[in-house]
Amino acid sequence: MSEQAATGGSNLLLELDDIHTYYGSIHALKGISLNVGEGEIVTLIGANGAGKSTTLRSVNGLNHPRRGTIRFRGEDITTKPAHEIVKMGVSQSPEGRHVFPRMSVHENLEMGAYHRDKRKPEYKEDLERVFTLFPRLKERESQKAGTLSGGEQQMLAMGRALMARPSLLLLDEPSMGLAPIFVERIFEIVVEINRQGTPVLLVEQNALMALDVATRGYVMETGHIALEGPAGELKTNEQVRKTYLGED
Amino acid sequence: MTETSVPSPVVVHRRPAVSDRLRWIFGALILLGLGYWLISAAVDEPERFAQVTVIGLSNGMIYALVALGYTLVYGIIELINFAHGDIFMLGTLQTQSIFADGSLQIPLLFFVISVPLGTAATVSSSGLEKTYAIAMALTVSVVFCLAINAAIERIGYKPLRGQPRLAPLITAIGFSFILQGIGLSWKGEGRIAIPQLIPDTVLIGEGGTLLDFGSFPYYTVRDLMVLLITAPVLIALTLLIQRSKPGKAMRATAQDRDAAAMMGISVDRTISFTFALGGAIAGAGGVVYALYVGTTYFQLGFRLGLIAFTSAVLGGIGNLSGAVLGGVLIGLVAAYNDGFGDARWTYTVIFTILILILVFRPSGLLGERTPEGQ
Ligand SMILES: Nc1ncnc2c1ncn2[C@@H]1O[C@H](COP(=O)(O)OP(=O)(O)OP(=O)(O)O)[C@@H](O)[C@H]1O
Ligand SMILES: [Mg+2]
Repeated sequence: MSEQAATGGSNLLLELDDIHTYYGSIHALKGISLNVGEGEIVTLIGANGAGKSTTLRSVNGLNHPRRGTIRFRGEDITTKPAHEIVKMGVSQSPEGRHVFPRMSVHENLEMGAYHRDKRKPEYKEDLERVFTLFPRLKERESQKAGTLSGGEQQMLAMGRALMARPSLLLLDEPSMGLAPIFVERIFEIVVEINRQGTPVLLVEQNALMALDVATRGYVMETGHIALEGPAGELKTNEQVRKTYLGED
Repeated sequence: MTETSVPSPVVVHRRPAVSDRLRWIFGALILLGLGYWLISAAVDEPERFAQVTVIGLSNGMIYALVALGYTLVYGIIELINFAHGDIFMLGTLQTQSIFADGSLQIPLLFFVISVPLGTAATVSSSGLEKTYAIAMALTVSVVFCLAINAAIERIGYKPLRGQPRLAPLITAIGFSFILQGIGLSWKGEGRIAIPQLIPDTVLIGEGGTLLDFGSFPYYTVRDLMVLLITAPVLIALTLLIQRSKPGKAMRATAQDRDAAAMMGISVDRTISFTFALGGAIAGAGGVVYALYVGTTYFQLGFRLGLIAFTSAVLGGIGNLSGAVLGGVLIGLVAAYNDGFGDARWTYTVIFTILILILVFRPSGLLGERTPEGQ
């Protein structure tokens, strides 16, 4: 019944098996199965309203699926409360940024490490790492996040997610609202984060670039998975090229 | 909470809307009128003016303590907890029990469980006895109000999370009446006297023990008592919210609930914590009121709660410094009106202010104007 895809041979970190998620009576996810292995970048692409953000919210425990199971490191987390899932190592940079507007940049980053011990040296290291990835955040450290530009807020949301030192990073349209030159930089950063050891589940409108950096990809269509496979193959798939890469 | 402005590369010149200009003219006129009235009162009777100001400040601190509970809860779940004033009322009743009967009392609808604490005290008790009684009153009242507010949240609001905003609002009004019923069956319907532990000794003013001048008692030991309890509560609250982990969780949850959950914060627990905190502050407020005013009754929470709520709105609901500022301002307005106007009109004046704020500055004095208009 479940269509488990190959995961590049690595260990499975996250497994979604036939999940159905609703908003009230709206059936947003109609049986999604996907997985992410250790060390991978997996991308989830698809049209507006296909259910990409809902998938990430389901994994994160913000909208619990009514049916199906989600496993993280083999443990069933389908109905676990969000804060416990976060403590297990799942961290998200949400669509639309959601920074804490009346907290400073520094406080926002601190909130990212909320469930960790701030006195440990790793906290300082992670802060340094975020400032190295996003020097702009260092310059604006004491500014209120609500007064940052949209692009700066996007960087902050990503930096904040990294402060959790996640074992799985969920990124929902991290390039949204960024200047073209910075979009490329964001994808470089995603690769860099991944190379430093963090698996990434990446939702993107920018399908071409996402497939460039990803190991594997899933294409979503109105609540279900339409296509899946290694990123390289999806990139050359005719249907994908037509629908998402704007070719004819 | 100042906002740093970000220089915008494109400058849009826009004529201020007519309603904006009207708003300013109207606001300026009101302020000028008020200013004229106050200054002439101060010039005509400077001594009485000073005394009334002190009374206003002390009352204002009590309003502030109650207003904080409204604002804390509103800030985090956008609910006006109508039962909050009644929690404060129960705090004053508990304090009365401790001073008058020397016992902690747990009111159940048709009977009262009494736990003797040996804290009965009057104005002529020794300093040690009084200190013990006040310390016990603070502890018991704070814990009592904290527990009731937390229980109400657990029973009445938590199951309604995610329901339309009206549902918990109705529950809140219901709880307000239930708590009044508890107060009524506990202490009866009349005003009851609270033994006055703090003497009316003048510190500054006519016959003052610190500074003897003029012909009015300006600052008494009771005023000092209000300050001595209120100030540490405010400082502790500020530190808690700015520095502690639960405080940070509260601020995060207030600003963006989903994002807070994504940080590993238990939103449910944070909301419960907020109610408990608001209840605790109301409990402290109840003791301060008991020490300062000396009588209470089961509908006190309704009246004082409305004033405190107005204070919270004046300062900008959801904003903690706003609640304190609003409380003190309303305390002053009420005192000036009692002293130089007509005390029968005080409620009318206060609620006229509420209407004016809502019409002309819905976000309150310190409330932030968010892009969504809040
Ligand atoms: N809070 C909500 N209440 C009701 N319906 C919702 C809600 N959020 C999303 N939906 C619906 O669920 C479906 C999936 O939405 P989702 O946000 O997951 O799409 P998406 O793939 O992330 O789209 P986009 O690319 O535009 O971000 C849509 O039809 C949307 O209208
Ligand atoms: Mg989306």
